[in-house]
Amino acid sequence: MDVLLLSRLQFAFTTFVHFIFVPLTLGLSLLVAYMENRYVRTGDAEYKRMAKFWGKLFLINFALGVVTGIALEFQFGTNWSRYSSYVGDVFGSLLAIEATLAFFLESTFLAVWIFGWKRLSPKLHNVSIWLVALAANLSAFWILMANGWMQNPVGYAIRGERAELASFTALVTNPFAWQQFIHTLCAAYILSGFFVMGISAWHLARGRQVSFFRKSFRIAAPFTLVFALVMVVQGHMHGAEVARTQPTKLAAMESLWETRTRAPQFLFLIPDPANERNRLELLPIPGALSLLAFHSMDAEVQGLKDFAPQDRPPVMLTFISFRTMVALGFLFPLVAAWAWVRRTDPERSPLMLRLLPWMIPLPYLAIQLGWIVAELGRQPWIVYGMMRTEEAFSPGIATGQVVFSLVLFALIYTLLVAVDIFLLAHHGRKGPEERHDVDDGSATATQPGGAGFTTATA
Amino acid sequence: MMLETIWFVLWGVLWAVYFALDGYDLGLGTLMPLLAKNETERRVMYNAAGPFWDGNQVWLITAGGVTFAAFPGTYAALFSGLYTALMLLLFALILRGVSFEFRRKVDSAAWRRVWDTCHVLGSFLPALLLGVAFANIFKGIPLNAQAINEGTLLDLLNPYGLAGGVLFVLMFALHGALWLGVKAQGEIARRAARAAAGLWLALVVMMTLFLALTAYYTRLFDNYLADPVLFVVLLLPVAGLLQARRALAQEKMGHAWAASAVAIIGVTLFGVTGMFPALLPSSIDPAFSMTIANSASSPKTLTIMLGVALVFVPIVIAYQAWVHVTFSYKVTEADLAYEEAY
Repeated sequence: MDVLLLSRLQFAFTTFVHFIFVPLTLGLSLLVAYMENRYVRTGDAEYKRMAKFWGKLFLINFALGVVTGIALEFQFGTNWSRYSSYVGDVFGSLLAIEATLAFFLESTFLAVWIFGWKRLSPKLHNVSIWLVALAANLSAFWILMANGWMQNPVGYAIRGERAELASFTALVTNPFAWQQFIHTLCAAYILSGFFVMGISAWHLARGRQVSFFRKSFRIAAPFTLVFALVMVVQGHMHGAEVARTQPTKLAAMESLWETRTRAPQFLFLIPDPANERNRLELLPIPGALSLLAFHSMDAEVQGLKDFAPQDRPPVMLTFISFRTMVALGFLFPLVAAWAWVRRTDPERSPLMLRLLPWMIPLPYLAIQLGWIVAELGRQPWIVYGMMRTEEAFSPGIATGQVVFSLVLFALIYTLLVAVDIFLLAHHGRKGPEERHDVDDGSATATQPGGAGFTTATA
Repeated sequence: MMLETIWFVLWGVLWAVYFALDGYDLGLGTLMPLLAKNETERRVMYNAAGPFWDGNQVWLITAGGVTFAAFPGTYAALFSGLYTALMLLLFALILRGVSFEFRRKVDSAAWRRVWDTCHVLGSFLPALLLGVAFANIFKGIPLNAQAINEGTLLDLLNPYGLAGGVLFVLMFALHGALWLGVKAQGEIARRAARAAAGLWLALVVMMTLFLALTAYYTRLFDNYLADPVLFVVLLLPVAGLLQARRALAQEKMGHAWAASAVAIIGVTLFGVTGMFPALLPSSIDPAFSMTIANSASSPKTLTIMLGVALVFVPIVIAYQAWVHVTFSYKVTEADLAYEEAY
């Protein structure tokens, strides 16, 4: 084990954990803002209870999203110092802008939202959560412009011993980055929609708080369906952008070894990377890969053998991750369509109510798989075609230092993720407070022992 | 060099603002075992930091991000050079951050004790580590020609580094005690004021000692001796501390807190001014230092970033000031009974 491998493991692990929490923040903030908006417009207190209940789950999730995010910003410097000094002129500004434009807004107004229920007018209070939702999605924009630049570097010039910014406009209009941005938002919204539908279905199946969860379901179902449908089209466009800019990633995603025109799409395929071929190829659709990648049946698709072995990404994991993600991407609109059909009377389909809670983990899985495709498929490059990962790590740190931090990350993150999932499940199952408890928190007796505070909301 | 100098100043100011803001909530966490005698008082302390700590912490992320964007060479050398110290800082901040959110989510005294411990350690350690780190930055670290730190974690724990650690812990603790004076009422507020008076005295002694050690261990005073006008920077911590004591005696806790913020900003700017034009001096050879000349981004990047900073940082300051004013009310029993409270 050397510093390079350990640093890669550490970045991969900390990013995966961070991204367990990010998508729900992106989507649920919008849904909570919308629920509170309905409360402000209609005066229906049930919408206020909805904003509070889903907001509580949002906060439990958000806490870990924030703290695990700092770890990523630090690591560019701690573990990838050569990357940082080589591309900092281009890449660093995007991170700094993300913090200045988005993180301040998000963190400051989330606190305003938490502590402002009684101190602000309902309208102003609702504005604060809209600002949180805006800021969360804005931060996604800047960080994906940064990641998109690593995927498809544009707007830079090599001067002396580093890459320097040549065009900021090129940086923020990078077509690859925009595809990633839209792709990530759609994925996050689908995940958030299934999260709300899953928990609502669990309660509806037990006949609890029926009106409350029916309303929640009614909001989440169309939201999920719209983005699940957009994703099918957009996912294809994103793939075509990969084909245009990252031929090695595309070839690994499809496990295509030989360059060919009219490349078929095999519905079933088992790669055999050791022998640079596929062990099994079944059910071909003639010309489909050429058509999907380049919008022409006759287009040539480059195979992995066109590239030197040291320029290829790992095939097996990229391939499996991509296939599974795509399969899930087709499953989501089907289930979401079913839920949409039953959006006003979900209890009439007990089977659907039983299925939906089990759907919750699947968008999480699809998103993590998507990041494996994006990041592992980019290898051996840290910046595609420009800088290799093996050239990017910090030369001054010792193996022992990275072992130390990696072990602590593993311990602390595992613990925190376990606690977080426990809390989400605990509070998700418990459901919202009964109606009469909502507005009289101040009437609750305060006991020095402290137990009184928490039982008051039970 | 003009752009680089402007960014050097902004860089120093960003760190100073971070210390002045996150300083008080880290100080509150550090003081919790000393000032809170029961669950209600602990909750008063959590809720005194409640609406602010997360927004305050973003200044750290921004200071880090700006180091990356404006001085990538410094960012690379500093963050990899102080690897283990920064990782410890990170783990401490992670545990502190979640402690706010987690501790009240399960109704059990043992559960709360776990997160209280994380909270106290996660507040004390960052104060100590930031102080040790910045004292070592002021002094210079053994950076070689390849911008690699040849020292180890233990080398950071030299007398000057440790003095910096103690200084920051005391500074933040006083700052936190004064904020508690703003936000709390009754017995715990009086206890906070008494603690502040004691901490103030300890801080005056420590700051005097730190200045003396600075003359002995660092070259910070070279800049001041070359251009004595710069000594006005030292007026900030001196005036801040004196004003803080006066306001404390008059029980004007808000004023005392603001004066303490000025003192913290002053201490940071004192060090940063002394380092100019280096952001990370090398103790091996000044030629190996990371400076505004050899570690800055291109003029194009610095110009774009300056535009962003000039437009958005004032907006951030405006809405964060609004939040501080709006939520500076005294934490009452009713506030603690409020279901969203920490």
